[in-house]
Amino acid sequence: MIVELGHFALILAAVTALVQAIVPLVGAQMRWPGWMAVAEPAAGLQFLFASFSFAALTYAFVTSDFSVSLVTGNSHTLKPMLYKISGVWGNHEGSMLLWVLILTLFGACLAWFGGNLPPSIRSRALAIQGAVAVAFFAFILFTSNPFERMDAVPFDGRDLNPLLQDVGLALHPPFLYLGYVGLSMAFSFAIAALIEGRVDAAWGRWVRPWTLAAWVFLTIGIALGSWWAYYELGWGGFWFWDPVENASFMPWLLAAALLHSAIVVEKRESLKSWTILLAIMAFSFSLIGTFIVRSGVITSVHAFANDPERGVFILGILVFFTGGALTLFAARAGQMEAKGVFGVVSRESALVLNNILLAVACFVVFIGTIWPLVSEMFFERKLSVGAPFFNMAFTPFMVLLGLVLPVGAMLPWKRAKLGKVVKPLAPAFVLAVALGGLAWTIQGGRSLLGPVGLFLGAWLLMGAVIDLMSRTGRGALGDRIGRLSRLPRADWGKAVAHAGFGVTIFGIAGLMAWEQEDIRVAQLGQPYMVGAYEITLEGVRETEGPNYLTTMADIRVRKDGKDVTMLHPEKRVYPVAAMPTTEAAIDYRILRDVYLAIGDAQADGAYTVRTYIKPLTNWIWFGSFLMSLGGLLSLTDRRYRVAAGARKAPAGGVPAE
Amino acid sequence: MMTTLKTWGAAFFVALMLAGPSAAVQPDEILDDPVLEERARDISKDLRCLVCRNESIDDSNAQLAKDLRVLVRERLVEGDNNDEVVDFVVDRYGEYVLLRPRTSGTNMVLYGAGPVMLIIALIVGFGYTRRRSTARSPTERTLSDEEEARLQEILKE
Repeated sequence: MIVELGHFALILAAVTALVQAIVPLVGAQMRWPGWMAVAEPAAGLQFLFASFSFAALTYAFVTSDFSVSLVTGNSHTLKPMLYKISGVWGNHEGSMLLWVLILTLFGACLAWFGGNLPPSIRSRALAIQGAVAVAFFAFILFTSNPFERMDAVPFDGRDLNPLLQDVGLALHPPFLYLGYVGLSMAFSFAIAALIEGRVDAAWGRWVRPWTLAAWVFLTIGIALGSWWAYYELGWGGFWFWDPVENASFMPWLLAAALLHSAIVVEKRESLKSWTILLAIMAFSFSLIGTFIVRSGVITSVHAFANDPERGVFILGILVFFTGGALTLFAARAGQMEAKGVFGVVSRESALVLNNILLAVACFVVFIGTIWPLVSEMFFERKLSVGAPFFNMAFTPFMVLLGLVLPVGAMLPWKRAKLGKVVKPLAPAFVLAVALGGLAWTIQGGRSLLGPVGLFLGAWLLMGAVIDLMSRTGRGALGDRIGRLSRLPRADWGKAVAHAGFGVTIFGIAGLMAWEQEDIRVAQLGQPYMVGAYEITLEGVRETEGPNYLTTMADIRVRKDGKDVTMLHPEKRVYPVAAMPTTEAAIDYRILRDVYLAIGDAQADGAYTVRTYIKPLTNWIWFGSFLMSLGGLLSLTDRRYRVAAGARKAPAGGVPAE
Repeated sequence: MMTTLKTWGAAFFVALMLAGPSAAVQPDEILDDPVLEERARDISKDLRCLVCRNESIDDSNAQLAKDLRVLVRERLVEGDNNDEVVDFVVDRYGEYVLLRPRTSGTNMVLYGAGPVMLIIALIVGFGYTRRRSTARSPTERTLSDEEEARLQEILKE
């Protein structure tokens, strides 16, 4: 019964979305306040219906209702409760339901907290939001009904893919969707502005928090996925340039560009039409990502839901929204008049460069991702584009970006003198070069990857500190440090996020350049050396988990005659899903991870053991965390809390930019 | 800040030694000659496991990947140079096996797209900044008084 109610609520949500897509749009055009006012209650109602629908499906999973075919296919009575719940979105249908739930949540947030927006913009943006929702509700109802019943009810389910039974991966999709779908807000605002035919500073200020939030969520989601790959797949890779990873990375790059260009719109009323275009493209890439993941046109390790019919439906959604938006853009973009005047050397032009690098980097990823498809369709040349290509083609953009970032971040608005900015940064630059040079010398030539990464990381990190200090004005160092705490949150956010970028580069360079690896058949009780570490396989046990059997090893790690840790890598078999998984055991430290994975048993009672010493690996995710934290700090800056009304700024403090 | 950076920087440099990257390579496959083995690893990273989805034979656990790894090593032991090994594999399995496509023919589009787009974007971007730096700020107001007042209220911190 509850399941049918959930299905019914989904239909009601779709109808509400349809009303929300049409009535306020007409109302805004005709200036009928009554029609425009439909948008807010509709958005709230839509969210309520979608929540009920999602709750109904969750209930079916939690109670293991195997009369629902989705539950049978993705759950099992023995599965821990956490994974019964995460199983709701560990499949195509349920994850689409989560997708629309988040879409309606964003719409509802706009309705609830958008009180300060002009009614015409608000109702138009909500109408676009409703239109996107209609498309996805229709997609779920017509091609991917999660509430389908079984004819014959089985005794138990077929279990969730064991690789997905993991905390990191339980949280990965919700964050990713919060990011993907959050970009729909920027899209809706862009379309609303195009219909109004006007973009001003206020528009930049409205659209930026939504973009920032979406970008923060995307950052967390991508980092979680990457961390999961690192500890779960058994050899510690963190990024594979898989089409589906690229699908999440492209919107991330464009969202990063968008949240920077929106600053220029907000502060200087320039880059307007470009910012609108970015907002359209960022969400379009979210849709492209959805298409890539769900259609199976491009082979990827994420064998998720490969169904051509669904692919065609999503392609239709993509063509309608992106095509429509771009047509509107072509017709209206000419009306966006830039106001701000700025010199060739200025913060504005630095942000233009930032946008160029991020957008072209995204373009490169896009070309690489679709090239196998294009090449096969048009040139009958079947080929692959993999990690070696992307590493080569993409990395230069990030190196350039890292190189100019600290300077660009400190350039003043309007007109700047390069010398004035370079001066305080010079010591940091010299020190960073020295650090890179030191690495180069110690490793004795070879790849430039490590030294360059180290230089960039240090340069970005120190640049962020100097940027922050420069905002504290003049005076004794002690006073300036005291003033740090009174800086606007946005300044802190900027510095923290930029430092996070440096930290991530640091980690990636360290891991890729200086990793040590050892693969061998390890005899029980016989120690061997990997780098500075002494590894001993002390024992192997067979035990049982709640829904799996496991072969667990006890491996002692010693260094300089002292115990470092005892690690327990596992090999699991999930009998229901008939699938083995590797559970690596990792000793996380600041400067390095010791990463152990156990392989097959050998004839003489020995085991294959893989040992990796992975330098600086945690910095990759710590940097991602810093980037998200920076975004959150900016998000809580006073100037975005416009809904709080025209409160007076507290006296004192350093004026913001 | 800087001294600590330096201290731990030096600390981990000393702690590090150099080695190749990671893999699904089995112990029995590894060649005795470390130089040959490292060349095998380098080659393997650019070859696709044909039955997998987007994994190199160096990363894959599939049997076919193992066969290819062994094949690469056999060719190396017989004295082929890296290019000859890759050509040998491509002759057998087609261009699809390469994770880094050849820079020939239509693939020039793939390789050229990024740099060409960057140059175009830089030219357009520079043109835009030049125009902005010589433009005169428009003085006419585009907002009505009421809207201007509302905007000021919103922008007020």
